Amino acid sequence: MSSEALFQDAFIYLTAAVIAVPIAKRLGLGSVLGYLLAGVIIGPFILGLVGEERADVMHFAEFGVVLMLFVVGLELEPSLLWRLRAPILGLGGLQVVVTAALLAGGAMLWGLSWQAALAIGLTLSLSSTAIVLQTLSEKGLLKTAGGQSSFAVLLFQDIAVIPMLAIFPLLATQGVAHGDDGHGAATFVSGLPAWAQTLAVLGAVAAIVLAGRYLLRPLFRALAATRLREIFTAAALLLVIGIALLMTEVGLSPALGTFLAGVVLANSEYRHELESDIEPFKGLLLGLFFIAVGASIDFALLLSQPLLILGLVVAIVIVKGLVLFVLARLFRLSLDQSLLLAFALPQVGEFAFVLFSFANQQGVLEATITSPLVAAVALSMALTPLLLIVNERVIQPRVGTPERTTRESDAIHEESAVIIAGFGSFGSTVGRLLKANGVPTTVLDLDSDRVDLLRRMGLQVYYGDATRHDLLETAGAAGAKLLVLTLDDPEKTVEMVETARKHFPHLTILARAFDWDDAHELLERGVTYVYREALDTSLRMGRDALQLVGFRAYQAQRAAQKFLRHDEQSMHLLTEKRGDRTWYINTARGRIEDLERLLQADLGESAVDRDAGWDAETLREDVLRSGLGRS
Amino acid sequence: MAHVLVLFAHPALEKSRVHRRLIRALPALPKLTFHDLYEAYPTFDIHVEHEQALLTAHDLIVLQHPFFWYSTPPLVKQWEDLVLEHGWAYGSTGTALRGKRWLNLITTGGGASAYTREGLNRFTVRELLAPIEQTIRLCGMEYLPPYLIQGTHRMSEADIASAAEHYSELLTWLHDDRIDWSQAGHYATLNEALVATNREGVPA
Repeated sequence: MSSEALFQDAFIYLTAAVIAVPIAKRLGLGSVLGYLLAGVIIGPFILGLVGEERADVMHFAEFGVVLMLFVVGLELEPSLLWRLRAPILGLGGLQVVVTAALLAGGAMLWGLSWQAALAIGLTLSLSSTAIVLQTLSEKGLLKTAGGQSSFAVLLFQDIAVIPMLAIFPLLATQGVAHGDDGHGAATFVSGLPAWAQTLAVLGAVAAIVLAGRYLLRPLFRALAATRLREIFTAAALLLVIGIALLMTEVGLSPALGTFLAGVVLANSEYRHELESDIEPFKGLLLGLFFIAVGASIDFALLLSQPLLILGLVVAIVIVKGLVLFVLARLFRLSLDQSLLLAFALPQVGEFAFVLFSFANQQGVLEATITSPLVAAVALSMALTPLLLIVNERVIQPRVGTPERTTRESDAIHEESAVIIAGFGSFGSTVGRLLKANGVPTTVLDLDSDRVDLLRRMGLQVYYGDATRHDLLETAGAAGAKLLVLTLDDPEKTVEMVETARKHFPHLTILARAFDWDDAHELLERGVTYVYREALDTSLRMGRDALQLVGFRAYQAQRAAQKFLRHDEQSMHLLTEKRGDRTWYINTARGRIEDLERLLQADLGESAVDRDAGWDAETLREDVLRSGLGRS
Repeated sequence: MAHVLVLFAHPALEKSRVHRRLIRALPALPKLTFHDLYEAYPTFDIHVEHEQALLTAHDLIVLQHPFFWYSTPPLVKQWEDLVLEHGWAYGSTGTALRGKRWLNLITTGGGASAYTREGLNRFTVRELLAPIEQTIRLCGMEYLPPYLIQGTHRMSEADIASAAEHYSELLTWLHDDRIDWSQAGHYATLNEALVATNREGVPA
């Protein structure tokens, strides 16, 4: 591909993403659906802007999944992984086995050989890590029981791909076609006997764990000491690419290898740096991947065999969804969390593209069978964000933890003056203080287990995404006075401020901010009461430090109070000064400049007041000079 | 011997010339308790039960503070309002403080002559202390004439050193119960009473 063509393609893909994603997000559809739609629009069926390179692009973009698993691993400490072992092996294992058996049975009824049916069943049992994790994390559902189970199942599926690749050649009923897809092609170990292959696999895994433990830390420390950020980024990418290559060589899934490396590094001090370095690459590549999926939907085939393909999609989604739901119930997930799992994972994943083309080459399946299946897979992926929206808006309010408590019909409906959004450790302190002092509050929260608990304790709790204005409406925003935002997600907070100011302008908003940037953003949106979450704690710590170096308790207390006042003033001043350079606030240099301004302001009078009222010096001078009080 | 509680209130001890020296001269006596109110309650969040228990455990309470605008520092007012509860300190069932003695120990920037009818401040310190005196009497305590350290603005280092020495002696006397309270009550200040009733070198 010439560089000009490369730039043209990059231009088209980026334009599509930049236009479609914000619109989809604005409409509440989520970014994944935005990317998919962008792909459909630039794809051959509508605009035809992208052509032959689609498969290459998708292949390249699959690396985004690898990066994503690395980041997921970074956020997952080994202890947590260990706690998830039961759902990973049990729930994940059963899901793959049962789904594969049912779908393979269906394929046999269709008249396929058992070998072909098994290959299809196994392939279709997999779900899309990329789409599910991205969508769930965007909705803030990853930490819920259903989200954790989804993650566990996806992890097992990623592991299951390896034996699948191994057994497909055994299922061949026709001669091997000599396509060259890179997958299943000769690797370093493929010529070795089985025991040596196993040894190589174990060796590779051990190498990753040991290197992660003992080699990478000193390496990163040395790189960090150079203070060249791009070198650190380069090292992070090198690490991921290196592991991906190693894994491919020994025949393991690259995603699995980087996931493992991520877990090993989850406890290291470089975790956050690695995360923020990899994050943009991950985001872009995943976006590209979703666009490629959208563009790969073969509408011509869909139009020629609409009933077959749509029938396949519906059958797959229903079978997978039912299996997931039943297994989730067996594993004692609550009803709404089981539904979340069933609605999150019923699509077929990106590995299906790989496995189907591999099956073609190996002569397991013919192209006439895989083509409609590939179309169905792509459609099922595109359907996922929509299914999750249906689950969230239609199913959950009825079946799951209801958005509102069902009240006795004779109970007097008392509208709370205070609505608290987010009842984590921050919000619960606010809520408990208010409740202890007899102020009724209404709570909005997204964690259904917590919601159930709070309801048992007699609190007025609504379940759901607090950024939705209809939920605010149900919670009685029209009659409330205060809206207390204690979500731990700054973006959601800003979103909610906008919703509230648009639909319920009479509400006084109190908002939790993470740091300066959030605080500025909230102030710019007209929130008067902004609370930086670490401010009071750090001031208390500073006050105690003053006391421990010998300050009087009350002097330290007043110093901290004055500092708080001064700091709040600086915050407001700085917000005014930033003016229209908001585009620039997220950069590190912007933050350093802010800090510089702050430190300069601290040198002035207002940060350290003299409490002159208690100062007898001027009075003494007066007395001594005039002889007052002597007579 | 008497159990003596010194309630000390100074919002900015770091700026004080006199009180800093006084409390450095505090004698170490078995039944003397020194309680620094601003150090204990920098946020004015007074622990009422603890304060009441302290009062119960002592026979003589000395309230030591600088005279700010003819009155106490604000934490003392808060302390009075919260600790001297109805039903505990006064009222038909409020008998907890009955029979205890109360002494104001006050420093004033102006000299003694400023606190006279003709002086700049037009009232005596004893007159200006009327609200506290009445509070103490309502609680059934014996109100002693105040002990005053005056003219602190003009005090030299030597003056302050001698005031600190007298302060230490005073607390020792109070602790050892060596003051004849039947006579002391007739004087305007405790300083005068001590000079008049004792021949030895006294804390005046």
